Amino acid sequence: MRTILAGERFAARLQPGDIVLLKGELGSGKTHFVKGIARFFDIAPEEVQSPTFSLIHEYVGSVRLYHIDCYRLNKPEDAYEIGLEDYIYSDGISLIEWPEKVEPLLPDNCQIVEISHISKEQRKIIIHHQV
Amino acid sequence: MMILGIESSCDETAAAVYSDGRLLSSVIASQADHVAFGGIVPELASRAHERVIWHTVAQAMEKAGVTEDNVDAIAVTEGPGLMGSLLVGLCFAKGLAIQWNKPIVGVNHIDAHIYATYIDEMPEMPFVSLVVSGGHTQIFYVERPLQHKLMGQTRDDAAGEAFDKIGKLLGLEYPAGPEIDRLARTGDDSFYDFPRAMMKKGLDFSFSGLKTSVLYYLQDIPKLEQEKFLKEHMADLCASISAAITDVLIHKMRQAIRSTGVKCAIIAGGVSANSMLREKAHKMAGELGVSLHIPHPVYCTDNAAMIAVTGWFKMKEGMTDDLHLKPYARHKWEKVGIGG
Repeated sequence: MRTILAGERFAARLQPGDIVLLKGELGSGKTHFVKGIARFFDIAPEEVQSPTFSLIHEYVGSVRLYHIDCYRLNKPEDAYEIGLEDYIYSDGISLIEWPEKVEPLLPDNCQIVEISHISKEQRKIIIHHQV
Repeated sequence: MMILGIESSCDETAAAVYSDGRLLSSVIASQADHVAFGGIVPELASRAHERVIWHTVAQAMEKAGVTEDNVDAIAVTEGPGLMGSLLVGLCFAKGLAIQWNKPIVGVNHIDAHIYATYIDEMPEMPFVSLVVSGGHTQIFYVERPLQHKLMGQTRDDAAGEAFDKIGKLLGLEYPAGPEIDRLARTGDDSFYDFPRAMMKKGLDFSFSGLKTSVLYYLQDIPKLEQEKFLKEHMADLCASISAAITDVLIHKMRQAIRSTGVKCAIIAGGVSANSMLREKAHKMAGELGVSLHIPHPVYCTDNAAMIAVTGWFKMKEGMTDDLHLKPYARHKWEKVGIGG
């Protein structure tokens, strides 16, 4: 629940066109963090579901959110197949889970959110901005 | 009435021909003869759709032994899915519709999973349908053809995704769903009591907590013992995890059937091939006195036969579209509560 709150607070700094890379192992709470971002932009958190299978989910609130999951991609070039650049170079905000899979194709000016387990009830969330 | 169906919403490019209760052909590019397609078709199709769609449709027509003169309408997936992928199928279908001068029918991909059952059977309406796959977990109440009300859905991971990712945590290869199912058959499903989430909270689902609880369960095993433990108890863990997932699915389905009073239930989507789910579903159907229908496994994963048969239903209802048909990435269904 607090991961959702953290996402919501983080979202206040986001601008249309921003790209957010969400890093963290399976079960760390990346999708929950996205639920918080969605809530900030007037999108119901329950609308946010894992895009692992469908690859990209689009949510429309006060901005357009692209929830992208690269987990199933085998090589960076697969990103072209799903049309990744159409989303990340748009006016929407792109939130990318498992960005490690497409790292070479991502621009430099992304925001990075790293979520890790401290204990069962605690997460560490590190936020930094690439320059 | 003969329908050509075209599907390109996610990974698969597919085409099929269906005519009044009879499926004449069903071609899926990734499973077809690769030579005819000029090489291996990538599993992750998406933009690769445009490279194979022509061959896929041509092959479906050829296998059915029909020509454009026999076809009455073209049904095509309009959403939900990847915009780039959907556009390929939609534009191709529109091109054919113009050239052949035939009506076009837009089909919702999730609706199509439900109607896949009608390829082989004619379940009676109204019914309750659980659509459960790697990307979806939803319960619908279907009163009459194409009148669908969403009763519940997942708030995070789909059930199939839970199987796939939990298997990965156990060291199995992704996607691990079918392997977990195989291993679970010889395991003890009461070995460990993994959480059944949201059992008392309406008909929505949540599976990400189960994923996390398996992660913690494994972390609590000392590193040195982990390998030996997993080797000894892999089947038990697979059975216990399958039990947790299928218990929730069946519990919610039972509630949906009871609250609507239907006499018929359908389980569709890739996870409907899971043997524990099937076993529990048949038992539940017997207890509630409802008839249970599950499509043939080949029509449970993405295919175009289900698009063609849904298009056939839409044509029967007079629901055709025109060339303004647009793809959509997401779809919001009218939602109903239970008991009301």
